[in-house]
Amino acid sequence: MTKADELAVICRGVAKSYGTAGEVVHALRDVDLDVRTGELLMLVGPSGCGKTTLISIIAGILDQDRGDVRVFGADVKAMRQREKAKFRGRTVGFVFQQYNLLPALTAAENAAVPLLVMGTPRKEAVQRAEAMLEKVGLAERTRSLPAQLSGGQQQRIAIARALVHEPKLIVCDEPTSALDQDTGRRVMELLREVAVAPGRALVIVTHDSRTFHFADRIARMNDGSIVGIDAPSSVTH
Amino acid sequence: MIGVALKMLLGDKLKYLALVAGLAFAALLVTQQASIFLGYTLRTGAWIRDTGAADLWVMDPQLVFTEDNKPMLERALYQVRGVDGVDWAVPMYKGWLTVRLPDGTRVTSRLIGLDDASLVGGPPEMVSGRLEDLRRDRAVIIHADQASDGLLLKRGLEGEGPRPLRIGDTLGVRDHGLEVVGTFRSAPEFFWDPLVYTTYSRALQVAPPDRRMTGYVLVKCKPGTDVQTVAQRIEARTGLKARTSAEFEDVTMWFVLVKTGILVNFGFTILLGFVVGALAAGQTFYMFVLDNLRHYAALKAMGATSGTLARMVGAQLLVAAFVGYGVGLGAACLTTLAPASSGLAFEMPWQVPALGFAAIMVCAGIAGGIALLRVLRVDPALVFKS
Repeated sequence: MTKADELAVICRGVAKSYGTAGEVVHALRDVDLDVRTGELLMLVGPSGCGKTTLISIIAGILDQDRGDVRVFGADVKAMRQREKAKFRGRTVGFVFQQYNLLPALTAAENAAVPLLVMGTPRKEAVQRAEAMLEKVGLAERTRSLPAQLSGGQQQRIAIARALVHEPKLIVCDEPTSALDQDTGRRVMELLREVAVAPGRALVIVTHDSRTFHFADRIARMNDGSIVGIDAPSSVTH
Repeated sequence: MIGVALKMLLGDKLKYLALVAGLAFAALLVTQQASIFLGYTLRTGAWIRDTGAADLWVMDPQLVFTEDNKPMLERALYQVRGVDGVDWAVPMYKGWLTVRLPDGTRVTSRLIGLDDASLVGGPPEMVSGRLEDLRRDRAVIIHADQASDGLLLKRGLEGEGPRPLRIGDTLGVRDHGLEVVGTFRSAPEFFWDPLVYTTYSRALQVAPPDRRMTGYVLVKCKPGTDVQTVAQRIEARTGLKARTSAEFEDVTMWFVLVKTGILVNFGFTILLGFVVGALAAGQTFYMFVLDNLRHYAALKAMGATSGTLARMVGAQLLVAAFVGYGVGLGAACLTTLAPASSGLAFEMPWQVPALGFAAIMVCAGIAGGIALLRVLRVDPALVFKS
């Protein structure tokens, strides 16, 4: 296995700016970043430093202006919209800050959504989602609606949803910021336990310094650039 | 994903009900008003349809609808009878006379005089008495329903309260006494003056004298002859107008629709129902989509293609449109529960529900089109914005 094979994501000279000619905001400035398979990488930094823009590009939902991004060897920017959507559906799992669960769907149905998007028959999709919910400790709540569950339980459904279709890349946006300290810690433990696997990479954007120690590496960002990549022990809380 | 889309729709009960209500309101207005419009339209030709024995109606060329009083010279009858292809032709009198009821109440009525020998052109259904009784001395027949409505004895005779006109009562027409010998029933009409039938010769006796007394000549064509050809021959020979029942119905209908403004008024109501329905449904559905924009964005991020999202939005709207249409059409049909005495005209052939369905689909299409554009343009990166 070569080094390139072990890399889930390769970013080289990635730049992205917003706004018009008169008022341009440089969200990313020549970002170089590698994410390895089997690792949990955290992107940290102050608000507006470009973390969200970077994971949006890595996840294939935003195109960079310049630079090269490879996700498991694929140039997502070069794909057509439909191809890109299919690629995301197969390859990427998402965990959002606000969970983004559909309120009218049960826990199992919510967790089954990525499979349904890919065309898996409903019965099979829900069965696989129930199995995944069991893994995240929600075997008893598969038929509950999101409104009937706590924030921590809802985030666990979101994690099950991110994992149910066995994606190779999982991106999480502030997964603990809406949770109390104890629940946040348990969610991170769960992510570490069920999401990190050989051949899979996990990228987490977070402000929450209490969760830094769950990372394998931490990429610090500031003003659109990566200013350092460190081991968790060397990052100041 | 269609199941997910429908759960999203049904899960937001308030918006779902508002959406269905908007579409149902549009369906109700479009189908009910169209049915009432059609009912009135068909009523304009009811008397012509009920006088169904003849192939052709010969009339003054200036006559434009059934209630237009332009009688012809009596020689018209003999001219028509001489036209090649005419099997038989009979005269009909139609005039408006003031009728004095037994209690002194005076009512403007339409007096129809039927050919004495054949009684062709009489009402379709006798309720009491026989049509042949018209040949009795001074005989007239009256509409069974109008006996207690337009011909009601409001004051009543001495010692009686108000009561319907009935067989045996005497009507006064220009110092002539006419006796009610029977009652008939005919289809509800657009026009309201009571109908009184008698014979042609008696009608001429009681009506004010004039050189022109023949309202129509009813013509039956010989078997195997072309009715239109015979009509052209009559027109060429007499200078009069010969119309089939369908043609006479058409000119009457259009004259009434245009002159009364019914066409424009009902048209506006139907259009208004459509516009209000489209706006209400459009606004509600757009709000529903806006409320769920994060979810659509999340689905897009998770790999849902534009086609998938379009199918989801389409399914949501189709379900709302079908339910709204069903509720609206059902409510429109409840209109038929109104009592017959209310005078409501309501006709719903299959074309009306079809029109309503098309209107609702267009409403839903407009509502869905705008919302769909919003969904398709949603940036999946929205899911990362708190």
